[in-house]
Amino acid sequence: MPRRKVVTGVLLAAGSLAGSVLVRRRAARRRERVDLYADDGSMQSYAEGTLEAERLLPIAHELLSPA
Amino acid sequence: MLACMDATQAIADLTEISPQVKDVVVIAADGSLTGSNLQEEGAQRLADGARRLLDAAEGLRPGVAQLEAATTVGSVFVVRDGERLIAATTTPEPTVGLVFYDLKTCLRSIDEPKPKPKPRRRTPAKQKEGDDAAA
Repeated sequence: MPRRKVVTGVLLAAGSLAGSVLVRRRAARRRERVDLYADDGSMQSYAEGTLEAERLLPIAHELLSPA
Repeated sequence: MLACMDATQAIADLTEISPQVKDVVVIAADGSLTGSNLQEEGAQRLADGARRLLDAAEGLRPGVAQLEAATTVGSVFVVRDGERLIAATTTPEPTVGLVFYDLKTCLRSIDEPKPKPKPRRRTPAKQKEGDDAAA
């Protein structure tokens, strides 16, 4: 197999891998969540779909919706 | 050290340095509105919502000092400093650490309304014991 084809294949594979990582990261960031920070500096995150987030996210939606 | 200023000025400075921040409300320890960049009705709505959000968060995890509720259309931040609160809405995917820092700085730069001093009763000056003995 010519060396040029190998290089092209490797580059394509690396590019698609990087692309999928970026898409996953963006999708994760777009997920709705609630982060609670305590006085002691600890943080608890509740992603959408959890019971805790379902209690808090509707209030946030209400506040972000135009009056 | 932070220079103390009035709430309107502090909020104007906050929205100027942090364009991600949209609506802001500052709530005093007694629950009254200290300041906002919204009209009265909108400010009251945001203040009530922030209180509900914090109360619900306290129910889940006692001792919450600050929170962020992130949605696809934006985020709601609530920060507590003692008994005072600051709440703000932002654009989607804000720089979380920066927004928390700016909100805390804003809240701490606002003058806390001082309680009115109680009027003192005037008591008649006591006579010295020496005067009594001399008389």
